[in-house]
Amino acid sequence: MNFETIIGLEVHVELKTDSKMFSPAPAHFGAEPNTNTNVIDLGYPGVLPVVNKRAVDWAMKAALALNCEITRHTKFDRKNYFYPDNPKAYQISQFDQPIGEHGWIEIEVKGEKKRIGITRLHMEEDAGKLTHTGNGHSLVDFNRQGTPLIEIVSEPDIRTADEAYAYLEKIKAIIQYTGVSDVRMEEGSLRCDANISLRPFGQDEFGTKTELKNLNSFNFVRKGIEHEQIRQEQVLLAGGIIEQETRRYDESTGKTLLMRVKEGSDDYRYFPEPDLVDIIIDDAWLERVRAEIPELPDARKARYVSELGMSSYDAMVLTLAKPISDFFEATVAAGADAKLSSNWLMGEVSAYLNAEQKELSDTALTPEGLAGMIKLISDGTISSKIAKKVFKELIEKGGDANDIVKAKGLVQISDENTLREFVTTALDNNPQSIEDFKNGKDRAIGFLVGQIMKQTKGQANPPLLNKILLAEIAKR
Amino acid sequence: MAKMTKEEVIEVAHLARLAITDEEAEHFADQLEAITNAMELLNELDTENVEPTTHVLQMVNVLREDKSIPGLDRELMLKNVKEHEGGQVKVPTILE
Amino acid sequence: MSLVEKTAAQLQEMIHTKEMTIAELTQKAFDRIEALEPKVDAFLALNKERATQQAGEMDKVPFADRGPLFGLPIGVKDNIVTEGLETTASSRILEGFNPIYNATVVEKLKEAGMVTVGKLNMDEFAMGSSNENSYYKKTKNPWNLETVPGGSSGGSAAAVAAGEVPFTLGSDTGGSIRQPAAFCGVVGMKPTYGRVSRFGLIAYASSLDQIGPITRTVKDNALLLNAISGHDDKDSTSANVEVPDFTAALTGDITGLRIGVPKEYFGEGVGEAAKQAVLDALKVLEERGAICEEISLPHSKYALATYYLLASSEASSNLSRFDGIRYGYRTEKAGNLLEFYMNTRSEGFGDEVKRRIMLGTYALSSGYYDAYYKKAQKVRTLIKKDFDDAFEKYDVIIGPTTPTPAFKIGEIIDDPLTMYANDILTIPVNLAGVPAISVPCGFDNGLPLGLQIIGKYFDEETVYRVADVFEQATDFHKKTPQTWEGAAQ
Repeated sequence: MNFETIIGLEVHVELKTDSKMFSPAPAHFGAEPNTNTNVIDLGYPGVLPVVNKRAVDWAMKAALALNCEITRHTKFDRKNYFYPDNPKAYQISQFDQPIGEHGWIEIEVKGEKKRIGITRLHMEEDAGKLTHTGNGHSLVDFNRQGTPLIEIVSEPDIRTADEAYAYLEKIKAIIQYTGVSDVRMEEGSLRCDANISLRPFGQDEFGTKTELKNLNSFNFVRKGIEHEQIRQEQVLLAGGIIEQETRRYDESTGKTLLMRVKEGSDDYRYFPEPDLVDIIIDDAWLERVRAEIPELPDARKARYVSELGMSSYDAMVLTLAKPISDFFEATVAAGADAKLSSNWLMGEVSAYLNAEQKELSDTALTPEGLAGMIKLISDGTISSKIAKKVFKELIEKGGDANDIVKAKGLVQISDENTLREFVTTALDNNPQSIEDFKNGKDRAIGFLVGQIMKQTKGQANPPLLNKILLAEIAKR
Repeated sequence: MAKMTKEEVIEVAHLARLAITDEEAEHFADQLEAITNAMELLNELDTENVEPTTHVLQMVNVLREDKSIPGLDRELMLKNVKEHEGGQVKVPTILE
Repeated sequence: MSLVEKTAAQLQEMIHTKEMTIAELTQKAFDRIEALEPKVDAFLALNKERATQQAGEMDKVPFADRGPLFGLPIGVKDNIVTEGLETTASSRILEGFNPIYNATVVEKLKEAGMVTVGKLNMDEFAMGSSNENSYYKKTKNPWNLETVPGGSSGGSAAAVAAGEVPFTLGSDTGGSIRQPAAFCGVVGMKPTYGRVSRFGLIAYASSLDQIGPITRTVKDNALLLNAISGHDDKDSTSANVEVPDFTAALTGDITGLRIGVPKEYFGEGVGEAAKQAVLDALKVLEERGAICEEISLPHSKYALATYYLLASSEASSNLSRFDGIRYGYRTEKAGNLLEFYMNTRSEGFGDEVKRRIMLGTYALSSGYYDAYYKKAQKVRTLIKKDFDDAFEKYDVIIGPTTPTPAFKIGEIIDDPLTMYANDILTIPVNLAGVPAISVPCGFDNGLPLGLQIIGKYFDEETVYRVADVFEQATDFHKKTPQTWEGAAQ
């Protein structure tokens, strides 16, 4: 490639407060259209905003977690633009004194670590939801209007779609750890726009950027950026120029489509919000919020590596989603082996959740249940293979692993005499295999084990079976 | 300040979402020019080391506890809405 | 003495002695309004049915549970939101708007037991000094029906002057209570910014707007301010300070009081009659023990430009919400969203409103923000400092309220700059945020003149004390306009 790609991401995160940013209407997701509003959200004549204290606390918490410096004298500004989902025709936001600035996070792509800068984190209110009917009109639901938002703007430090993906994963993880948002892209509580430009390698100035919207999943962010990168490269190689424009990722074609060309610059006429007074954050307030920040993914990852001897990669994967990581800790606390617990969570559990499109909390699995099962594996009561049957029961119906094993008769056969009987029968029935083994074909053992496992419904203790089989075959 | 042109007036009117005719634009251009010229008086003052005032009272940190109260009854919410459909507010389509 | 000349205390006395019920008082107020409205045109909407019903119920309340304003009629400026009572701010864009909530001051009037009789005409969105910018009607000055009542609270001042109602609420952004009070010969107070909640006041310029009372006497004014003042959780800019009993400040004693008289308030453009009336008033106050000294508020001449930049900028944003989508006027002519916005707003707003929206949009637009808006904010700091400095030495500052008495309807409506100049003496007060009152202090060719008394932040008490001393020493407030003759009483 002849060009270097420069990517900056703007991430919007909805805070899961009880009430809205500037009004006491409920800020809850999923209500019937236009039932979570009041006169303030609707921009009635004469109404005034009042700042939600928890929203400020939480914005500060997120900013601290993203290594931002907290602006001690912060304030709100009006951003003026007309749109039907923006009832006052101005959005209360922050312009020149955002609550957080100069932050950073560390990402890891293919084993390479990289620090991505965060220019700023500011507070604002969300807009309503506009649906285009296609019948010459659109419909507005104002429920979302006024929901507290933080906007996190990255430095143009990102160079590839993979880095963008890793950045988003990390932002999501950190915010999730702080507990200020559900960060669910499918519910819109995490949203992302990407600014992309290309420049010839070695050039200092940035090229003209396009803004990419409608990126509704992490994968679409990756695909959208990849496509936009190729599109811009083709334009440039053909001698064309990139227009400053907003483009939209089209999920069905995987392409980016023009939404609108930016006219000069959008003139939002920012000015200080006269209806709200300034916010001064003193040391006591800042330290109180800082003290509420729990252990974050990086710290947790380091602990897994140093205390549990986990590989750096495993620790990273395990700490990416807080529910999984918390579950892991609870499972280990319930007495399960750490290595087995992490393998199960990253393997079977995660595969199940992906296949079923579920969150861990949507299943019947408990840390105690999983720990009980892992203990049975560790003490040889069940094999890993049998465990899969127990696991399915645990995650779908819940319960105690011991009870499931007993009720279903899944206990591992570890009695030598019983196993020897199965071995003898198998050898009697398969003289050819004995012959093959003696002629140096090791595969024959595998075939015999398979036969015995079939007979025992998979309950034979594998290492013991192996030992007895080799002893018996030697006698023949 | 430079003379405010008719074109500038039309641009500002567009930003403010006001439809004005050419005739009105010229009328406003004259009036706004006179007004902005009068505003030039402020340039007499050296304000380099003066802080701007947004609020005359020195109040800070006026915050509300995060406690929700139920939203408006939808019927009441739609009371002054001239056009709505299925509980949502109807607006003309956006023509880019 | 006719009913309309009576003070709150005198009306309460009549009610307590069963000379008159609240229902009767309310009925008389409506009779008087209906008799005078064809001449004065102060009201936009009457609340007759609800007020009558409310009055009947109030007569059943025991005397012990009634405050000093209980059962008394009041009119409310039409930019103050009243639940179930059409509120338009005199704009076509809010035609038919039926609010679903009350402004905090309206709730406070209810708590005080006042009977809201109707909504009062004003300049559209409080932008104007003559009431000629109302979409609905032109209110006339009861002293001379060919002259304007002032503005923007022209309906509120005219209704009191005409004796239609003893109490009204106005709002003051650059003089909108004091100037019409001066023009109509009544008492109008703009309280300290933050003294009265703005929740439910349709915003013109948020950092300057303040609601205040208009009455016939200083004492009634203080009573009404008692009722509407106080911190409001719904208004982040409302001050959390104690509200004294303002009537308790009317001690009649101003011995040793230091009065600053700014020379800038007697400059070019201020009429001789206005100057002389104020000088005479100062003599009256000196005779009662006050000390008057000339002072300077050096940045006064920059106030007008500063005000128009700041107020128009804030207004351009505050008035953006009027788009026809959720309430109010909606155009019939729109194929797409852009046309919908443009047509609704162009058809819904009047010329002066458009002019200020455009000026404000321009002042905030990129490239001009620092030169206009921010510059004006800095000059505001200097103007505020003028007052801070003066109040280190003086208890009140006194000057004329307006340069001239009321002018003729249609006289200067097409000349915005001359119209704006009407407010040069009242605007600095809003920029500083301090309280100021206008009380009647003389006549010029049969038209009233106003004395402006400006106080320190949250020191409405001293302002009222001085105003009361002046009122007690003079009889300007006892004069009544000709429109009274033959009207129902």
